[in-house]
Amino acid sequence: MNKDLGGSTPATPKLRRRKHSNEIPSDISKSNGGHLLVDNNSKYKSMWIRTYSTIWMIGGFAFIIYMGHLYICAMVIVIQILMARELFNLLRKIREDRHLPETYQLNKHFFFTAMLFVYGRILSPRLVNTVTSDKVLYKLVSNLIKYHMVICYFLYIAGIIWFILTLKKKMYKYQFGQFAWTHMILIVVFTQSSFTVANIFEGIFWFLLPASLIVINDIAAYLFGFFFGRTPLIKLSPKKTWEGFIGASVATIVSAFLLANFLGQFEWLTCPRKDLSTGWLHCDPGPLFKPEHYRLPWFPDWFPWKEISILPVQWHALWLGLFASIIAPFGGFFASGFKRAFKIKDFGDSIPGHGGITDRMDCQMVMAVFAYIYHQSFVKSQSFSVETIVEQILVNLTFEEQIDLYRRLGEILQERGTSSW
Amino acid sequence: MHKEGGSTPSTPKVRRRKHSNEIPSEATKPNEAHLLVDDNNKYKSMWIRTYSTLWMIGGFIFIIYMGHLYICAMVIVIQILMARELFNLLRKVREDRHLPGFRLLNWHFFFTVMLFVYGRILSQRLVNTVTSDKVLYKLVSSLIKYHMVICYSLYIAGFMWFILTLKKKMYKYQFGQYAWTHMILIVVFTQSAFTVANIFEGIFWFLLPASLIVINDIAAYLFGFFFGRTPLIKLSPKKTWEGFIGASVATIISAFLLANVMGQFEWLTCPRTFPWKEISIMPVQWHALCLGLFASIIAPFGGFFASGFKRAFKIKDFGDSIPGHGGITDRMDCQMVMAVFAYIYHQSFVKPQSFSVETIVDQILMNLAFEEQLELYRRLGEILQERQFRQT
Repeated sequence: MNKDLGGSTPATPKLRRRKHSNEIPSDISKSNGGHLLVDNNSKYKSMWIRTYSTIWMIGGFAFIIYMGHLYICAMVIVIQILMARELFNLLRKIREDRHLPETYQLNKHFFFTAMLFVYGRILSPRLVNTVTSDKVLYKLVSNLIKYHMVICYFLYIAGIIWFILTLKKKMYKYQFGQFAWTHMILIVVFTQSSFTVANIFEGIFWFLLPASLIVINDIAAYLFGFFFGRTPLIKLSPKKTWEGFIGASVATIVSAFLLANFLGQFEWLTCPRKDLSTGWLHCDPGPLFKPEHYRLPWFPDWFPWKEISILPVQWHALWLGLFASIIAPFGGFFASGFKRAFKIKDFGDSIPGHGGITDRMDCQMVMAVFAYIYHQSFVKSQSFSVETIVEQILVNLTFEEQIDLYRRLGEILQERGTSSW
Repeated sequence: MHKEGGSTPSTPKVRRRKHSNEIPSEATKPNEAHLLVDDNNKYKSMWIRTYSTLWMIGGFIFIIYMGHLYICAMVIVIQILMARELFNLLRKVREDRHLPGFRLLNWHFFFTVMLFVYGRILSQRLVNTVTSDKVLYKLVSSLIKYHMVICYSLYIAGFMWFILTLKKKMYKYQFGQYAWTHMILIVVFTQSAFTVANIFEGIFWFLLPASLIVINDIAAYLFGFFFGRTPLIKLSPKKTWEGFIGASVATIISAFLLANVMGQFEWLTCPRTFPWKEISIMPVQWHALCLGLFASIIAPFGGFFASGFKRAFKIKDFGDSIPGHGGITDRMDCQMVMAVFAYIYHQSFVKPQSFSVETIVDQILMNLAFEEQLELYRRLGEILQERQFRQT
C-alpha cells in the first residue's frame, strides 16, 4: 500500500516526506526486543520536540478556553474535520480510486449529513432560545428543527442511493469496504465530538476537567516512564511501562481532586450556556460548586489550616480521574493495535513529535464519551422527559398556545397541590 | 470460506455444505441477463416461494391479532436470527480456532445494544404502568436514570475485553470482525428499535409500511413473471423495468385502499398509551400515499444494496432459513429501510399534527411525576417571561 505518511525525522516539521515503504524505520523499536524509553539514545532530542509541540498545543488551548463556548465548539469541530480527513485517507488505496472519483465526494456528503444531524440535535434547544425575538427567524428555525430528522434522513438515503448507483463491477468488495469504513469513522468521530459539545454547553468545566486529566495522565506517564520505566506494560505498545502507568494514575487522581477545586471557582467555567451568545456569564452554579468546610480535628495544633473547604464536585472529579488513568488508556491501546493491524506508523503527521491528530485524540475520545455519560447520569438533576416536553412545547406550539398551556398547567397543579395536603 | 448452501429447495430441512462459494452454473451467467420469463424451472420455484410466502403471511397475521407485545416479541426474535446470520457470514472458521471466546464477545455487544435500545423505548412506557407502587416506581425510575451508565459500562467492558484478547498476527482479522460487529448491530438495531417504537404508536404504523413492502415484492415478482423483458439494474439481473413500474403503481394504489381498511380498526390505530386518541380516516390516506411512494421507489434500494453486498463478498444468500427465499436478512432487507422511514415520517409529519394544548397537558399529567411537573412549569414560566420581555 502506498502511503502518504512520512515525517519520521521531526527536526523539519513542515517538510513531509513520502515514504514508499511502510516499514517502521529500524532505528526505532524492533518488534522482538522491548525497546524502553530509558535506553534510547536519541530520547532527549525527541523529548524536546515533543515538549515544544506540547507547549504550543496547551497554549493555544488555553487561549480558546478564554474566548468562550462558541470558540471551543468551533475548535472541536475543526479538530473533528481534521481527524476525519486523516482517517478517510488512511486506508484509501490510491490505485483503485483512479477509477472511482466519486468516493471522495460521497465521503464528504456523508460527513456533512452526519454533521447536520448531530449538531442539529444538540444545538436545537440553544438555537430556539437565541432567536426568540424575531418572529420570522423563529418560525424558520422551529420549522428546521421540526423537520430536522427528515432532512437528515433524506440526505442519508440520497447518499446510499448514490453509492448503489456507482457500484462498479470488480470493485464491489473495495467499495463496500470503504462504505463500512466511512460509517465507522463517522460514528467514532461524531459520537465523541457531539458529546464534547453537549458537555461544553453544560459548563466549560465539564469539558476542561476531563480533557486536562487526559493530558496530565499522558505527560505524567511519559515522565514516569522516562525516569523510572523498567517493566513493559502491554505487548501492543512496547514503550509503555508499569511504572509509568501506576505513577501516572496516582498523579492523575491527585490532580483531579486539586484541579476541580481550582477550576470550580470560576463562573466562566461552571455556568451552563443556555443559548448561543458569546458574552460574559453569570449564574448560580448550584450546590456542587459551593464550598463545604470540614474541620480537621486530628491535625496537630501547629498546623496552619484548621479546616479545609472542599467543593462537592471534587468527589465527582475523583471518579473522572480514576477513569482517565485506568480506562481511557485503552483508547490508546486500541489505536496502537489498529495501527499494527494495518501496518501503519501514525495516523498522520500534522503534529511534530506526536504524529497525527487522531494519535493525540485517541484517549480524549474515550474520555469525552465517559464524561458526558457521567454528567448526564450523576451530575445533572433534570430528567430527560422534562427536557423533551419543553422542547416539544417550544417547537410545536405558537406563542399564544404556549401561554395558554402555561395558564392551564398552573391551574391544574395548584388544584393538585392543595388537594394532596 | 465454507458456506452453508441449500440451492435445491425441495428439501427445506437439509442443509448442504458447499465447499465452493461459486454461484451454481444453472443460474445466472454474468454475461447474459437471465430474466425470469425465460426460466424453465420458474413454475417449480414459484410454487416453493408461494408456499413459504403463505406461511409467513399467515403467521404474521396471527401475531398481529395477538397484539402489541407479541409483535414486539416477533420483531426481537427476527432481529436475533438476523444478527446470527450476519455474524456467521464473514466468519473464517480457520482463524476462529485460535480465538476462543471471540464469538462470545459478539453476543456481549449484542446484549448491550439490546439493553440500551429497548431500555430507552420501554422506559417511557414503563413509567406509566408502575406509578401505583412507590417502591417499584423508585426502582424503575432509578433503573431508567442509570440505564445509560449501565449500558456504557457494559460496552466499555467489551471494548477492554477486545483489546486484551488481541493476538499477534491476528490483529487485522480481529479489527475487521470488530468493525463488522458494529455495522451489523447498527443495521439490525436501528430498524428494529424504530419498528418497536412505531408499534407503540399504533399497530397501523407498523402494519401498513410492512404490508406495502410485501405487496411491492409480490407485485414485482408477478409483473416480472408475466411481462418482464427489460433488465433494471446490473446488480440484480432478475429484476425488470416492467416489474418495477407495475409494482410501483400497484403499491401506491394498495396504500391508499389499505389505509382505509386498516384505519377502521381501533386495535390497529390506537397507540398504547392514549386510548382515547382518534385519527380521522381521510388524512391518514394521504400519509399512506407517501408511504406507498417510498415503498415502491426507494425501499427497493435496500434490496439492491444487499445484492451488491452479496456479489462483493461472493455469497449467494445470507442464510437458508426460508426455503425458496434464502435467509431472514434476504427478506428483511427492504423492510429495514422502510421501517426507518416509517418511524421518521411518523415522528415528523403525523405526530406533530396531534400536538395541541390539550394533548400536551395530558401528556404532562400522565408521563411526569408531580415534582417533574412543577419543574416543567417553573422552566416554562422562565422561558415565556424572557420571550415576552424580549418582544415588548
